[in-house]
Amino acid sequence: MSMSPPHEVVERALAASRSDGCTVIVEDVSQAEVRFANNTTTTNGMRRDRRVVVVSFRLVPGAPAAPVGAAPTAVGVASASGDVDVEELVRTSEGEAARAGPAPDAAPLVDPSGPPGGGGGFDDPPVLTSPAVLDGVIRGLGDAFARARSAGNLIAGFATHGVESVYLGTSAGLRRRHVQPAGTMELVARSADGRRSVWSGAGSSSFDDIDVYAFEERLDRRLGWAHRQVELPAGRYEVLLPPDATADLMVSLSEAMSGRDAEEGRSPFSAAGGGTKVGEPLCPMPFELRGDPAEPGLECSPFLTTGASGTDVSVFDNGLPVGATRWIERGTLRRLRYHRAAAGRAGVDPAPPVGNLVLTLPGASRTLEDMIASTERGLLLTCLWYIREVDPVTLLLTGLTRDGVYLVERGEVVGAVNNFRFNESPLEVLAKAVEAGCTERALSREWGEWMNRTAMPALRVADFNMSSVSPAT
Amino acid sequence: MVSGGGPAELGDLPLEQVRTAALERAAALGCSHAEVRVERLRSQFVALRDGRVETTVDDTEVGVGLRVVRRGSIGFAATVDLHPDAAAGLADEAAGLADATAAALGRPVELADEPPHGEVQWSSPYEVDPTTVAVADKVALLDDWSGRLLGAPGVDHVAARVLAVVEDKHFADLTGTVTTQRRVRVFPVVEVVGVDEGSGTFESMRTLAPPVGRGWEYTAGAGWDWDAELDQLPSLLTEKMAAPSVEAGTFDLVIDPSNLWLTIHESVGHATELDRALGYEAAYAGTSFATVDQLGSLRYGSPVMHVVGDRTTPHGLATVGYDDEGVAGQSFDIVRDGVLVGYQLDRRMAVDNGFPRSNGCAFADSPLHVPIQRMANVSLQPAPGPGPGPTTEDLVSGVDRGVYVMGDKSWSIDMQRHNFQFTGQRFYRIEGGRLAGQLRDVAYQAQTTEFWGSLEAVGGASTYVLGGAMNCGKGQPGQVAPVSHGCPSALFRGIRVLNTRDEASR
Repeated sequence: MSMSPPHEVVERALAASRSDGCTVIVEDVSQAEVRFANNTTTTNGMRRDRRVVVVSFRLVPGAPAAPVGAAPTAVGVASASGDVDVEELVRTSEGEAARAGPAPDAAPLVDPSGPPGGGGGFDDPPVLTSPAVLDGVIRGLGDAFARARSAGNLIAGFATHGVESVYLGTSAGLRRRHVQPAGTMELVARSADGRRSVWSGAGSSSFDDIDVYAFEERLDRRLGWAHRQVELPAGRYEVLLPPDATADLMVSLSEAMSGRDAEEGRSPFSAAGGGTKVGEPLCPMPFELRGDPAEPGLECSPFLTTGASGTDVSVFDNGLPVGATRWIERGTLRRLRYHRAAAGRAGVDPAPPVGNLVLTLPGASRTLEDMIASTERGLLLTCLWYIREVDPVTLLLTGLTRDGVYLVERGEVVGAVNNFRFNESPLEVLAKAVEAGCTERALSREWGEWMNRTAMPALRVADFNMSSVSPAT
Repeated sequence: MVSGGGPAELGDLPLEQVRTAALERAAALGCSHAEVRVERLRSQFVALRDGRVETTVDDTEVGVGLRVVRRGSIGFAATVDLHPDAAAGLADEAAGLADATAAALGRPVELADEPPHGEVQWSSPYEVDPTTVAVADKVALLDDWSGRLLGAPGVDHVAARVLAVVEDKHFADLTGTVTTQRRVRVFPVVEVVGVDEGSGTFESMRTLAPPVGRGWEYTAGAGWDWDAELDQLPSLLTEKMAAPSVEAGTFDLVIDPSNLWLTIHESVGHATELDRALGYEAAYAGTSFATVDQLGSLRYGSPVMHVVGDRTTPHGLATVGYDDEGVAGQSFDIVRDGVLVGYQLDRRMAVDNGFPRSNGCAFADSPLHVPIQRMANVSLQPAPGPGPGPTTEDLVSGVDRGVYVMGDKSWSIDMQRHNFQFTGQRFYRIEGGRLAGQLRDVAYQAQTTEFWGSLEAVGGASTYVLGGAMNCGKGQPGQVAPVSHGCPSALFRGIRVLNTRDEASR
């Protein structure tokens, strides 16, 4: 590649800056993927991406001081991809800062003396993936397609691996680098008549732990379960959510945890009469919902980078250390997301988003298999799909079951059931949970493309609201 | 020739060197097909919360992507590095990937023929390039809009945002087609929120103005009356806050175009994508109940249902001169007299099912993504002439007990496009042929062919509105496509209506 090393781009931009403060982010991405369907590969790609973000800060003399003690500051943000003309990008962001008023999220640039975080040195080159990472998968797929053809099945899916190398520098002297590998493998097997369909997915940072044959075995077992088909009506059922389905719901829950929305009375975490529900119990079981950059196997960036401010994140906070954050502890709401300025106004600690999400029930050790074995009658789900918020007051979500609903009777799977549309709130799911299993790595099928690092328990939930039948298979 | 607003501005990029380097190398490697895209995407997004700037994005994405077919296998490679050597290197990478995956290739890939179009230019119609309007001026407009609403009775919060995109795209393939195109689109949105702190509930009301393929002139009133819509928001919100909760049951629905476009998108648009019907999206977006064996026979809806797919509608978000496989934009029937008669195609899907030519539905949302089959503007036609056809009031007058639905909000549909559930911005009770005030907590739920089978009447051309979305998702890795859907008001009999508060209770 003929482009400049990322750390040089950061330094050149900072040197070109004429503003009162400047933050520069370079995100360098290397990605490879194989997509397949109908027992053949379909689109196979690789790409090199790089985005440079320049944030310029301008002090606004005479404006009222920001509540958190930051000098009133205007901000301009500009970004571009490729071998960027850094000078032009800096001037663009400065031009925007020149015409902007004081930013409501103003806060001092992050102190560079904190823990460095990230791996390697700031001057190290970006880390690249290679199509070779997927060689084992491609070989395995060739065999899997042949077996599927002879069994009368169709396989579809996607395998992708990428590495994002992030470089962050500020005019306050902060320099950070973080390398984030991430991968996903998803496989769907369908009977040729389309009546039976099963899914298995996994997140992986290296693909060393991905074995296509093991995926096939899981899917074959479930296709076997589906030889007996049972039609059940809409209604309220006891369900077993496998860790992947729990992840679908908990990621939705996590995205609703805006501190500011809650304070303004427009969130499921707003307390009646004003204020937030922080400190209130949410569920009878002592669940813990956390993010932690040091979570084994789910490691993610120990500092914040963002190219755009939002309700709960701020470009002023770039470089802010991200630590272990317990959003829910012993079933009680403990934290909501805040950038520093909003946290200062609310009198709480800032809580930036964390790049992973873990739900645990302390002491839980049973597997999903154990939980099936102790089920008198219930529905075992596989994953959820097309999840959308219906009512933000209750965080009511709708969506579908997909690629595998099974009837469990007296401890055994006795057949496959039609799909359902559900209407449920993840808050209600936690409140109605009567059992949780051990926490293991899980992949949300709905949200996994951008929240790949989750670990969840299987949940047994009473009275899960299946609103109507879906004839989809 | 340029048919619309203005030429793509790619003159500073080494277009000819990049495309020649990539295509010549691909040809030398024995690729039977190669197409290269060099693109620049300018995106600006500004969001204000209660009159203060929350988010600004001013982004420029450039890059080059090359797709090849070699020995029947597809390879794609892309980079943001626009040096001709890097472009030539893409050919080696793409061909190498095609070779590497050939071992798992079930059958060779073919693409439907398309006549070469030579060197052509095209632009969507617009007056003011929205990315030439400074971010500060965008902030000023949203600040003005917010200021009119903040402090209005019943309004506790105001969110105002605008997304503006200019997509400049240069395409060339081995047959000699070389297209240079510009597409311009904008989407302003204003939402007001009312909070009832005592009960811990809240409601919102959002503008119904759709995203459009226009320039900044849209915000000044070209194609939409912003002043009128903003003026109404506070009273509409206040009425919604005080409205009774709906009683769940079966109702006749009159659905406004501002809501129906999304139902068309989900239950007709996606269901008639041939790649889905053939199983190519089985692992992600899903398949379709509208399988190819039912082409020409599937009773999709009532006889008044006529749905057209096109990439030619003025101001349509999926409108192009040529698609991302070099196929000219076209218009085609999908449902005629209530029967499935067509699919949306790209060149590969066309061959896969024996169609002689693609109807031009390939799109890639970025130079770094491979083109896949994406949605045309899929639109329900209004009542045919002669005569103006029914007004919305005419449709309402034919309902004794029903609900009138306006504006889209929540949406969800299953992976074969049978079972869907939608909410909206506002719902009015219909009693004895007249509107009788707003309702709260409404969702409607149906199965696709039952729903369209219950379509009793469509409004006339005077009720027709082009709605749409900037963010339709499909594919892995995920791609986002803009698409428009036009439709008249329409009357549906006997649809299940849910109360969303009841759904949430135990």
